[in-house]
Formats: sequence, structure tokens, C-alpha cells
Amino acid sequence: MSERLKSDEDFSKIDLNPSKTGWMDTPTVIKDGMFCFAAKPQSVKTLDLPYSREWNPKHDDWKLPENWKEIIYEGMRDRLDRFRTFKIFMDICVRCGACADKCHFFIGTGDPKNMPVLRAELIRSVYKNDFTTFGKIFGKLGGARPLTLDVLKEWWYYFFQCSECRRCSVFCPYGIDTAEITIIGRELLNLLGLNIDWIATPVSNCYMTGNHMGIQPHAFVGMLEFFVDDIEECTGVRVNPTFNKKGADILFVTPSGDVFGDPGTYTCMGYMILFHYLKEKYGLEVTWSTYASEGGNFGLFTSNEVMKRLNSKMYAEAKRLGVKWILGGECGHMWRVINQYMGTMNGPADFLEEPVNPITGTKFENAKSTKMVHIVEFTADLIKHGKLDLDPSRNDNLKVTFHDSCNPARGMGFFEEPRYVIKNVCNNYYDMPRNCIKEQTFCCGSGSGLNASEDMELRLAGGLPRANAVKYVNEKHGVNMLACICAIDRAVLPPLMGYWVPEVDVTGIHELVTNALIIPGEKEKTVNLRGEDIPDKESDPDEYYVRPAFSGR
Amino acid sequence: MNLKDLLEKRKSAIIKCWFDLVVETYPLDTSQFLKKQKDPFANPVGATISQALKPLFDEILNRMDHEAIAAYIDPIIRIRAVQSILSPSQATSFIFFLKKAIRENLRKELKDIEISNDLLVFELKIDEVGLIAFDIFVKCREQVYTIKANDRLNRAFGAFKRAGLVTETMDDTQGL
Ligand code: SF4
Ligand code: SF4
Repeated sequence: MSERLKSDEDFSKIDLNPSKTGWMDTPTVIKDGMFCFAAKPQSVKTLDLPYSREWNPKHDDWKLPENWKEIIYEGMRDRLDRFRTFKIFMDICVRCGACADKCHFFIGTGDPKNMPVLRAELIRSVYKNDFTTFGKIFGKLGGARPLTLDVLKEWWYYFFQCSECRRCSVFCPYGIDTAEITIIGRELLNLLGLNIDWIATPVSNCYMTGNHMGIQPHAFVGMLEFFVDDIEECTGVRVNPTFNKKGADILFVTPSGDVFGDPGTYTCMGYMILFHYLKEKYGLEVTWSTYASEGGNFGLFTSNEVMKRLNSKMYAEAKRLGVKWILGGECGHMWRVINQYMGTMNGPADFLEEPVNPITGTKFENAKSTKMVHIVEFTADLIKHGKLDLDPSRNDNLKVTFHDSCNPARGMGFFEEPRYVIKNVCNNYYDMPRNCIKEQTFCCGSGSGLNASEDMELRLAGGLPRANAVKYVNEKHGVNMLACICAIDRAVLPPLMGYWVPEVDVTGIHELVTNALIIPGEKEKTVNLRGEDIPDKESDPDEYYVRPAFSGR
Repeated sequence: MNLKDLLEKRKSAIIKCWFDLVVETYPLDTSQFLKKQKDPFANPVGATISQALKPLFDEILNRMDHEAIAAYIDPIIRIRAVQSILSPSQATSFIFFLKKAIRENLRKELKDIEISNDLLVFELKIDEVGLIAFDIFVKCREQVYTIKANDRLNRAFGAFKRAGLVTETMDDTQGL
């Protein structure tokens, strides 16, 4: 019997082994859980993007325009001319493989087409075939292949399995940024109306009502007023946010996720308390806008033009209100847009002042052109100058680690300020291992518009490297709170933690700041902003902290 | 030498073979990476598999405590349950590869009828572990679906509801 069982065929009749074909010959199968639903025609139409229609990625017929190939070729030609980076990235990859295993989607899903080098190759193969003599002569041997419907579908599947996080680019000796290739890939797909709904509808909402969630101005105000009551209940202090106030010192813009999605809402209350504190103590007037009610910009995940269009309203509002400069909330991709594109895209905003913190006198040199300052940098500056009364022991129930969001980390080198703030408002802080943080940080797995619900398998697998590092500090140090400065993170990390490390909850930094902030006139706090009891000074965080119920955990 | 002693003696070779068989369920580029990269943070999948197989093997060999076994295989299945490139059978069948790993490593010894018979009994234990794996796989999948169903409701509407901005219709959809 043992003899017979030795044969592989008899061992099992089920095919347990993967195909051994090269990537070009491995067909792409579009699987549930790994893709986001197609964009609703109305959203595509609102944005004046072409070919709005009902279509389904799972159907054979994607209802493409007849001349779709010409449209793609023309789109490629145009972009090869306009964007030098695209042309260079197409030409210079030596396939050294340094980037291959650096992508969280490859690490988590195990799918080789998620290796950055292969992701780029999806489009490079067509470039070689149709835009280079080398490819024309050597064909498949030279890594070239013709553009077919299957190739187009493969583009769509894998360019929406890249979160444009840029981790791979950190390791490429030539500085090839696969995120930029994905950006171009998605632009090309948009020429055929092939967007996903989780991007197209928020963008269209933002265009129509000012924010991704499509919340109208009165509901925006309604939410913040509700927070005013909540804050009063918890602190005994009634804050008084102003809206669209002309002549205020500073305009504050944050992602709408903070206003409408838990646990970002607690961070939002944090901002409100901080602004109240600064007004009471130093007379600083910060105003909110119901017009520029979105800091995020999913236009970045659509096309340059759409991104520019959405971004312009921040400046328009700053100009209308006559503020000195703009303060930006805890967001991820919003800062990529601001730091990398805004200065030249809609700027320079000469009508605004070069940002100076009126309380400390600090000049924010890095924001000279954009006139927009990150709130964590602003708060770090206040703490550094001793302008905030803080009692970090109020966060003693927490053992905190920090997730560097890809965009502030790799898009603007923002590493130390968040840690500085956390360490000043919390007594227990532990970093994750070095190759998982700062410029090497792992993406949450849901960035660049992939934070829909239907692609949960993709998100959970892509978020594995991040969750794995959190699990390590949880097991080693008892970390129970994951802090982050991104609204998408605050929305997507709770389910990610729920699946991989259920002991760990998620927070924004300004929630931690205002937990520790001693507000003039406050009552003795018994609960925090979440309505949870505040720990006794002596209590042990390991015993104290009970994670809130989260169904699905 | 009886089977148990033999398995104990050849343990590291068997586990290495088992590990290779498990990672070879992934496409070539992936399995090479899973074998090569030793940093557990750069390679959580490979690290999780290699960390679990040894204690799992010991547990099957000795106490065969169901809870302990579930605790060892949960991390591996948890990963494979969200890796869409694997079918459910591919995701869970790695348990049975232990049979192959043992037979490959005990070719000569299995000529002994007693040892061969003992192995058949031992293999029944592996089958039992396979069933535990199946339970965990289904549990993980159910969890994924629950997370999926609650995801948008929780984050987008939880705050609205607390604020009293939505009252009707949400009640019956919370906490699926
Ligand atoms: S940008 Fe990020 S998600 Fe995209 S290929 Fe590179 S590492 Fe992967
Ligand atoms: S590291 Fe750069 S050059 Fe090397 S394969 Fe990746 S993209 Fe190409």
C-alpha cells in the first residue's frame, strides 16, 4: 500500500499544485473578493469622463468602444510624450528583482503578478511591442506582447491591486516608481470608462457636494454640532466651532472620513478641542469650511485633471475667506497631493501668507509654496514650545504603536513629528520593527481607493505584512492601540486588526492628544471621547483595556 | 526502533520536506521567495508556516490535543483563507502533505510491516488534523464575510446613527 501511495497521482486526484507557466502564459482569472465593483455610469458622467455605461468585470463583454485599442495606443503615446518619468520607467528597468518581494500585495496574496516588476511589465510588454523596435523584432522573447482584450483585463485587475504606496520604489536602484506606472495605467483604463465605483462615486460626490461622502453642508454642520454635545458630556467644556468664517486666521481642512466615520470621529473631536483650547488661551481663530469639506482627493486615483479640479476648491475657499494659511488634518493621500503636486498644480497661492505659527513664531519653511501645514507638525511645534498643558498619564491604559501611512511617510518624509507628539501625550510607546516603519512602512492594504468592502480578501491579504508587525508588538509589549494619521487607515485598520490581531484597536493622533490635554474649565473626566471609563492612575494597561465589541471579530 | 522513535529521529528532515511541499502550493516565483527570505517581517507567510509546522508535528506525534492543534494551524489557514490564488482544497490540504513527507523520508523503514501498519494508524491522526483544518478554514471564511458585510455599515453609518442623522432602516442592518 505504501508503494502505491508514493505516486503523486494516487496521492490525490485534486490538483494541489499551481501552474508552472511563465507570467505571460498564466491566464488572469478575475476572482471575487479581489476586485472592486465597476463605477456607476452616473458618477462617470458627472465627471465628464468618457464611456459611462453599466458593465461588470466578471462578464466576458466589457462593452468597450469598438476602437478601444486605438484609444489606448493614443493614450499611451500622449503620456509617453507628456510624462518623462513614464517613458523612462518603461525603458530603464533591468529586471534586477530588487523590488519584486517588497510589495505587500505580493507578500500577502502570493500572486507573482503583484510583484512590482511584473506589475510594470504588464504595461511595459505592450510598450515594447508597439513603441520600440527591439520589441517589434524580438517579440515575446524580448518581453513584448500585443494588446489584447485579455491583456486589458489583466491591467484592470492588477492596477487595482496596487495601492500606489511606493514601497517598491524605495528599493529600486533606478528609482523606478511603480506607483506612477499604476497611476498611468489607471488613467488609460479611465479612457475606456473602466474605473471602480469606490473611486468614481466619491470623486463625483466631492465634485458635486464638496466631500467624498456626498454629505451636504447642513449635515456636515449637524455632525460637528453633535460632536460639540459629545465633547461637553465628556469634558464639561462646550466648544464652539466656526464655519466659513471670513477673516479667521486659519482655514482647517480634513478628510470627510473624520467627520463621518468611526473611529475618525474621535480624532475629529480632538481637532475641535484643540482649536477651542488655542482660541481660549491664545486667541487663535481656526474655521471649518462646508464648501472645502474634504481634504482627501480621490482624483489622485483617477487622473491628473480630476485631481487638480478637486484640489482647487481648498485654495478657492481660502481666498474667499481671506485666511492667512491652511491647516490640514490627519490624512494620507491628501498630503501626497499637497506636498507633491499642489504647489505647481493650482499654486503658487500667492494670496496666502507663508505659514507661521502665530503662537510660537515658527515658520513652516516646507509649506512655503503650498501654504498648507500638517496638523501633526503644528501640534508638535506647540508641544515643543510648551504651549499645551498635557497629562500623558490619562492615556496610561494604552500601549501605543504607530503605523506610518504610506503617503505622509514616503510622499513627504514625515517620520518624527507623529512619534514626537505621541511620546509627549502617551507614556507607553513601542515602534514596530525597523523594516516595517518609516520609509519602509507597509501599506494598510486598502489605499488608493481600494478601501471598498467587496474586495475584502484583497485588503486582508494585502494588509497582512502590516498586521503581522502589529501582532509582533502586541505579543512582545502588549501593544493595544495602533495610532495613525490617515482617514483611510482609521477606516480600514479596524477590520484588518479584527481579522489578524483582534486585541488591537485603532486611533488617530489627535484623539490621543486631547485625551491628555488639560482644557481650561474642564470637569473631572470620568470617560474619554469614546465614552470609555478613564483608568485609575495606578491601573495596569494590560488588565485595564478591554477592546470594544466589533462584530465579525 | 518503533515508528514514534523513528519520526522523532527524522523530525527535522520530515518537517523541512513538509515545509517545502506546503510552499510549493504557490506559483514558482512565490515559493522561491517563501523559502529564501528568512526575515519574518519581510516574509510573514513563510515565517508563519515554518514557525507552526514543528510544534504541530510534535503535537500530532504526542498529545494530539485538538485545541493546541487548532492554535498551531489557525495562523496558516487564516492566511490561506484570504489568498484567492488558492482553492479551498489547496488552502487546507497542506496538512495531508505530512503523509508524503513522512513516506519520502522513511522509504526504507516502511518495508517493515509493523512500522508500515503503525504509520497507517498515525495517518488517521493526520486525517483528523485535516478535519480540524477544514473547520478553521470555514470559520475564517465566515469571519471574512461578516467583516465584509459590516464594513461599510459600521464605518459610514455608525457615526450618523449616533448623531441621530439617520434613524430608520439602519436598525436591522447593524451587526450582521
Ligand atoms: S506601489 Fe505599493 S502596491 Fe504598488 S506595486 Fe509598489 S509596493 Fe506594490
Ligand atoms: S528594482 Fe527597479 S530595476 Fe529592478 S526590477 Fe524592480 S523596477 Fe526594475
